[in-house]
Amino acid sequence: MMRLNLRNLALFGVVGLLLVITGLTQSWNVALTILNMGLISAIMALGVNMQWGYAGLFNIGVMGFVALGGLAAVLIAMPPVPAAWTAGGLGVVAGLLLGAATIAGAVQVWKRMAPGRLRVAAMLAVLVAGFWLYRMVIDPATAAVEAVNPALEGYLGGLGLPILLAWPVGGLLAAGAAWLIGKAALGLRSDYLAIATLGIAEIIIAILKNEDWLARGVKNVVGIPRPVPYEVDLQRSPGFVEWARGWGTDPVAASSVVVKLAYAALFIVVLLALIWLFEKALKSPWGRMMRAIRDNEVAAGAMGKDVTRRHLQVFILGSAVLGVAGAMMTTLDGQLTPGSYQPLRFTFLVWVMVIVGGSGNNWGAVLGGFLIWWLWVMVEPIGHWLMQLITWGMAEGWLRTHLLDAAAHMRMLTMGLVLLFVLRFSPRGLIPEK
Amino acid sequence: MDFINGFVTLANFVIVPGLAYGAQLALGALGVTLIYGILRFSNFAHGDTMAFGTTMTILITWAMQAAGIGFGVLPTALLALPFGIALTALLVLGTDRAVYRFYRVQKAAPVILVIVSMGVMFVMNGLTRFIIGVEEVNFADGGRFIVTAREFRDMTGLQEGLAIRTTQVITLITAAIAVAALFWFLGRTRTGKSMRAFSDNEDLALLSGISPERVVAVTWIITAALATTAGTLYGLDKSFKVFTYFQLLLPIFASAIVGGLGSPLGAIAGGFVIAFSEVTVTYAWRRVLTYWLPDDLAPSGLVQLMSTDYKFAVSFGILIIVLLFRPTGLFRGKVI
Repeated sequence: MMRLNLRNLALFGVVGLLLVITGLTQSWNVALTILNMGLISAIMALGVNMQWGYAGLFNIGVMGFVALGGLAAVLIAMPPVPAAWTAGGLGVVAGLLLGAATIAGAVQVWKRMAPGRLRVAAMLAVLVAGFWLYRMVIDPATAAVEAVNPALEGYLGGLGLPILLAWPVGGLLAAGAAWLIGKAALGLRSDYLAIATLGIAEIIIAILKNEDWLARGVKNVVGIPRPVPYEVDLQRSPGFVEWARGWGTDPVAASSVVVKLAYAALFIVVLLALIWLFEKALKSPWGRMMRAIRDNEVAAGAMGKDVTRRHLQVFILGSAVLGVAGAMMTTLDGQLTPGSYQPLRFTFLVWVMVIVGGSGNNWGAVLGGFLIWWLWVMVEPIGHWLMQLITWGMAEGWLRTHLLDAAAHMRMLTMGLVLLFVLRFSPRGLIPEK
Repeated sequence: MDFINGFVTLANFVIVPGLAYGAQLALGALGVTLIYGILRFSNFAHGDTMAFGTTMTILITWAMQAAGIGFGVLPTALLALPFGIALTALLVLGTDRAVYRFYRVQKAAPVILVIVSMGVMFVMNGLTRFIIGVEEVNFADGGRFIVTAREFRDMTGLQEGLAIRTTQVITLITAAIAVAALFWFLGRTRTGKSMRAFSDNEDLALLSGISPERVVAVTWIITAALATTAGTLYGLDKSFKVFTYFQLLLPIFASAIVGGLGSPLGAIAGGFVIAFSEVTVTYAWRRVLTYWLPDDLAPSGLVQLMSTDYKFAVSFGILIIVLLFRPTGLFRGKVI
């Protein structure tokens, strides 16, 4: 949908230039790190743009879906822990099945029985009994699992499959969570979806932090297998060392750059594939229907479109994209650290990306992803520099120390102001929807 | 005797903390529900308005302490509270003038205002961090307990003690005063009546000569007062930390929605529903049940339905149940 006009090309050129300048003034390693996270941010922005730009759905639980993607990386790629499986694997699986059966049973009771007090009582009875059984089965099992070599393992481990498989699986996990939320909150006021997504994100993070048997909780899972070679292996390989010398670079620095470039290549493939798919979807009758619904729900409903169903569909698709991005991010980090998921960083920053880039336009979302990520990384050093400038003439004292310390909080302020200014003066974003 | 001991334990760990927490949530939810009723959007910056108000109160408390001003057995923060409210009111009025008014004049869709409030949340969060940092701050002074557990045991001769902290009682009294004042204002004064008229039917209110800007300004001032009071009480009762206040957004919104968005009475009921559910679900019932049940039925485990780490899951669960079965909330709020 983007006409490759000069203005849009120039905007992407500016982002490229910013990265090159970062590379020249700081180091290429830093520039490539920003590029890689920028690519992932762009994919997250695509997911949110799908929900907001196509359908007007307000999802502020981005963090939760991203974290589910991260969980997928652990569950797929980490080697299984056989001792933990023998200790309590069966109990955990049985407990989870019991929990699922309880909820399914309660839903069936609600659907099959005639309305009235009896139905409420029966459903509550099923839920209470089921919960009690679930705890009876799963509590000893998780305790046994967590007791297995807690310093290094203490969890069930993953499936030991290739990490790239985790990307689609992360999407599936996020889609499942989105289905649950969408079923409850869609079809009501738009704010209700916002609150519900805010809640599910907090709960997903709480589960990741506390359920040690699942992904070690706050003890973190480190050393997740990588889809690209390790720097150390490259430095040991004579062929690579020779190749690096041939370029006149230090093999150690070169290995790190090559690894980052390999990641970037993988991410670019995913990003381009998604953009291609989304542009196709946007131009199709489906895309036209979605925009019609967004612009006038009543009219679209009158034309026989099932608005709530379409909303659920696009909400699930967008969340799946967020899950994929989350799995990619955990792959890049090589570790899952539940403590590092902050709503301001993962939910609201992605929103700033979408709004600044141009809601409703995929290229805009991608541009916003790169630009805002660069800004997010750079604001802190710039803030420090600014504060040093301000406090230059000040005497040593309380105010000076306070101001210098406060530079770290410039990020929130800057991002909020950027969002407010764009919403006010250029609400259609840098690359507006056509 | 066992029954009374069990009840005292329950009061100590569930009823008294639940009442205080419920009052704090109710005050927060009242602010959300007022903004929703008059300005017709969900204000996501509310948690950070609370944080900002509390920060202002803390700074003035410190200044007062440095100047040697105290409030006897009561915390100095109560003296500082009016000043904190005034400063917060200035901030939200300024925000309304600089940010929200533009969209109101344009008659922008509510969801745009929600996103705008997200931007405001960012800025306020940054501002608060800028001023006071991200560390935990304890600013309660004065007497710590009205009754300590030991005093209670000595007084009654029971095995279990009931500790009542000053902050808990202050919370309840202050909240009661604030709520009574609010309802008196909404029900008896001319401005309050014009606010309710504006909330019920904007066009009709405008036709009868009610000034919308005045109604909006008064709403913001009341919201600032409620948010600062709620934040200060929560901070006195527990402690102040910027991020915790952001996280309070979920239980506060859950309270407002459970009660019925736009209904002040509902916000209060919702606050207590959420608070008591959270406390009872995350409380380990073993001690109480050991007193209440016959010996051979006494529980061996903790009898804790959920660990306290999942307290957000409780607000969320109740929210989902309400959305599924009664989206207008307990007290039939404005719109679904």
